[in-house]
Amino acid sequence: MITGRFFAAGADRRIAITIFILLAAAIIVPLLNLGVSPASAFYVPAYIVALTGKYLCYALLALALDLVWGYCGILSLGHGAFFALGGYAMGMYLMRQIGSRGVYGNPILPDFMVFLNYKELPWFWHGFDHFWFAAIMVLAVPGLLAFVFGWFAFRSRVTGVYLSIITQAMTYALLLAFFRNDMGFGGNNGLTDFKDILGFNVQADATRSALFAASAVMLALAVFFTWAIVGSKYGKLLMAVRDAESRTRFLGWRAENVKLFAFTVSAVMAGIAGALYVPQVGIINPGEFEPSNSIEVVIWAAVGGRGTIVGPIIGALLVNAGKSWFTGVLPELWLFALGGLFVAVTLLLPRGIIGMWDSWRGNAKALRAASVAEEAAKVAVPSAISKRARSPARNPGEWSLSDPEPQAAE
Amino acid sequence: MSKSNTILYLDGVSVSFDGFRAINNLSLVLDKGEMRAIIGPNGAGKTTMMDIVTGKTRPDEGEVFFDGQVDLTRHDEAEIAMMGIGRKFQKPTVFESHTIEDNLMLALKGPRSIFPALFHRRSAAEARQIEDILGIIRLGDKRHELAANLSHGQKQWLEIGMLLAQDPKLLLVDEPVAGMTDAETEETARLLKDIARDHSVIVVEHDMHFVRELGVKVTCLHEGSVLSEGTLDFVSADERVVEVYLGR
Repeated sequence: MITGRFFAAGADRRIAITIFILLAAAIIVPLLNLGVSPASAFYVPAYIVALTGKYLCYALLALALDLVWGYCGILSLGHGAFFALGGYAMGMYLMRQIGSRGVYGNPILPDFMVFLNYKELPWFWHGFDHFWFAAIMVLAVPGLLAFVFGWFAFRSRVTGVYLSIITQAMTYALLLAFFRNDMGFGGNNGLTDFKDILGFNVQADATRSALFAASAVMLALAVFFTWAIVGSKYGKLLMAVRDAESRTRFLGWRAENVKLFAFTVSAVMAGIAGALYVPQVGIINPGEFEPSNSIEVVIWAAVGGRGTIVGPIIGALLVNAGKSWFTGVLPELWLFALGGLFVAVTLLLPRGIIGMWDSWRGNAKALRAASVAEEAAKVAVPSAISKRARSPARNPGEWSLSDPEPQAAE
Repeated sequence: MSKSNTILYLDGVSVSFDGFRAINNLSLVLDKGEMRAIIGPNGAGKTTMMDIVTGKTRPDEGEVFFDGQVDLTRHDEAEIAMMGIGRKFQKPTVFESHTIEDNLMLALKGPRSIFPALFHRRSAAEARQIEDILGIIRLGDKRHELAANLSHGQKQWLEIGMLLAQDPKLLLVDEPVAGMTDAETEETARLLKDIARDHSVIVVEHDMHFVRELGVKVTCLHEGSVLSEGTLDFVSADERVVEVYLGR
């Protein structure tokens, strides 16, 4: 049924195109890195593969935020925490894979534990020598945290700015906790010096290409999954809760459960993004819990256009590409540029890049329709324009032109 | 007073906000299948009474019973809605970013948990129900339009349609004709009388012409309690009602 809607002609073309591009990139980029000689003009250097792979993880994180912020109005300023927890779960697996190749050569204990005089492996490190266990933890830990956090927050009807503040407090508390050496997660150095993933050298070009492909495929899956959720009756309910929460209650829906489901799914997606991110950058440390990281995610989503699925991905890719360029050229000005960008987007592009694109295209279409209509019959002009301007964008990938502001119920 | 055969039974209900007694020892009984109009000046506690019945506000004291036996003070909004109490807000509240059809679909009676909603497919029966309601509220030709594009009066009708989709036993309708033209007001009166044939209804309204149109028992609230109750002629002849509400 979902696939039927997906392949329906003309339906959600933007989503289909995005998924196609991501899948194509998953094949072509590794081919151009591994199969083409470095002298060729088509050669993609390994560092570009790693860098774009990292961006794709950020894009997945931005998409996760979009599900709760764009579609349910939950402005989470702590999504970096779920990302980092997924990253730590993967990092623990990678640490256990080092084995006796560490500096201290201890076959069981990672280097930092030997250094900190641990006598045995803490209980929560058991099982992480198996990939399948780590993979489950990548999903379960962020999901469980989001479930428990959301259960309390949404049940107590904490909304709006207060909810944003407590999500921020959550990631800050985790930042402080993970900085402590006796937490058993490597303190402020975090987890690094990874050697192998699933038996392959993490530094090798082929592994990096495979990780890039995995990130691209995962992002494509997440796009499809988010699109399917948003297009379902539940997705409509999600937007209904965003726009008029108490109305949904008086219709018998449990708004807190609606939010909780989206929040948990979103946290799991963020965890997957973190898990794919860590082997590509080679380190995970408490810095990933920085509140500013989570705020940056909000900026990506806002720049691309929240509530559009594709927008946050574009936003994450563009802002991070800009960041890489900017921090190379004018490193000390980057944060000013980022702040300025957020202000500019809020003031000038409240619907982000995708929203601007849609309204621009909508106008162009209306003009074209108007001029055609003018030639045919002068009377038809106003109706053509007003029809276009009012046409509802009911597909989740599009932005409604007559975008109704969320309204508070009584 | 016996609770049996009542759809709604309020006895000695009081609630105060920051020392202000919004509802003061209010007692009100609605029989099964009855339609009642509630009038009263601003601040008389009409909306607060609806908040109490629908679980939004907890009373400080007093009994609130639904269908003779369900103690409503022990349930929250969603549970009360599921028991069969539907509510239309004073300010029309519909899901503006959804189409008329989707608004009705979200209101349609059925399971209210997440996973059925996630894998929900519209059945023929549901499509037919939506079709019927679209006919009743006369928005059939606008079914694919966003609710945001409706006029104020149409939003009121859509919200009444959502109530119908819920198929409640008791409807609480807060100012259904505010902002409507005379013709629309008459239509709404006709619609509500239709609904009242197989539902219990409470209508809060200021428009006396509309209340007369409904032709039902009237309760006048003042300062959180019942001032007068009876036919419209009886109530509007009541000295105290004239004093506080209708004006001389």
